[in-house]
Amino acid sequence: MTAKNEENTEWVTCIARVRDAQDKAAFARLFAHFAPRVKAFLMRSGADAAMAEECTQEVMATLWQKAHLFDPARASAATWIFTIARNRKIDALRKARRPEPEEVIWGPDESPDQAEILALQQESEKLAEAMTALPEKQRALIEKAYFGDLSHSEIAEQTGLPLGTIKSRIRLALDRLRHAMK
Amino acid sequence: MTSMTDMINHHLTDALLMAYSAGTLPEAFSLAVATHVSMCDECRARLGAYDTVGGALLDESETATMEPGSLEATLALIAGSEEARGATAPCQVGSTDDVFPAPVRDYVGGGLDDVKWRPIGMGVKQAILPTVGDAEVRLLHIPAGVAMPDHGHTGTEITLVLKGAFIDDQDRFARGDVEVADEKVNHTPVADIGEDCICLAATEAPLKFKGLMPRIAQPFLRI
Repeated sequence: MTAKNEENTEWVTCIARVRDAQDKAAFARLFAHFAPRVKAFLMRSGADAAMAEECTQEVMATLWQKAHLFDPARASAATWIFTIARNRKIDALRKARRPEPEEVIWGPDESPDQAEILALQQESEKLAEAMTALPEKQRALIEKAYFGDLSHSEIAEQTGLPLGTIKSRIRLALDRLRHAMK
Repeated sequence: MTSMTDMINHHLTDALLMAYSAGTLPEAFSLAVATHVSMCDECRARLGAYDTVGGALLDESETATMEPGSLEATLALIAGSEEARGATAPCQVGSTDDVFPAPVRDYVGGGLDDVKWRPIGMGVKQAILPTVGDAEVRLLHIPAGVAMPDHGHTGTEITLVLKGAFIDDQDRFARGDVEVADEKVNHTPVADIGEDCICLAATEAPLKFKGLMPRIAQPFLRI
């Protein structure tokens, strides 16, 4: 297990502690790592320092309140927190609503097993590694798509990102949920 | 629900999924994407992959220093909202039904019976849903066998089938299927003969129907 993978697993555990025991120490660990990143993300997206600070606190509060919706078989902690930060960005900076897909929620008896969680965290890590290995020009384009305002027609159809394996992992997790709901 | 998601043949493009994940799509397009994803596990998984890209960018990104006392302020925010939460009942509008997935129900404020349709000729009805930004999204009700009114669009158009089916050139689009057309596509969707077709259509520029009367009716007969 790599250091990064250990870190990802720790974040998953911390979110579970927040969900199950309202654990403030676990929350503080998540806050120390993610809040400064969320703040930088919001500032790169056009928020000033004061607004980014306020929105980051709201993003981290949402993490606490929605901890029960986090499914570690479908997303890493970083991915899930990114989606919360992105939604706050749309709301605060673009003054628009964010229509969300209907949630597929895991029931209390359908918690994913550890192997599934570990596999998803590893695939997330592999994708992150592949991204750092991309040619500079291509990586810059992806960053511009996420941080800037590249329109969807400006995004090239082929980004060259190896998304196949992480997609298959997520698909398996969804199939498990759908099966459990039958 | 399970079988539905495997029957979808026409999916969203990578560019639309990435832009939705990044949060840069106009609200009208986001509604069409969110609605398709609600019905399609394949695109939900693809979207999850793009969200993972966003997560990796966040995790690898630079950091900005938080204000002193930021953690304590956040914990106070959490404590305050938990007190307030006890007083409010959860909103029920968002639940799904046979025709409208949850995102559409949210924008309609209910189900099919709550749509405020306006006739646009040849039995075709539309209802524009309120969004902000440079794009528009509408529900279209097209009687069985009737062609969609002739219209021009200058940018991308996403058409998602919610009920019935339509036929465009050689392809058939049924519930859950999405057609992504750019300005180069000169298409004439015709509702399938079996039943009335209800679509959700997002367009980049306001849709212009050519004249008050659509062109001559072309009752469609599939051979």
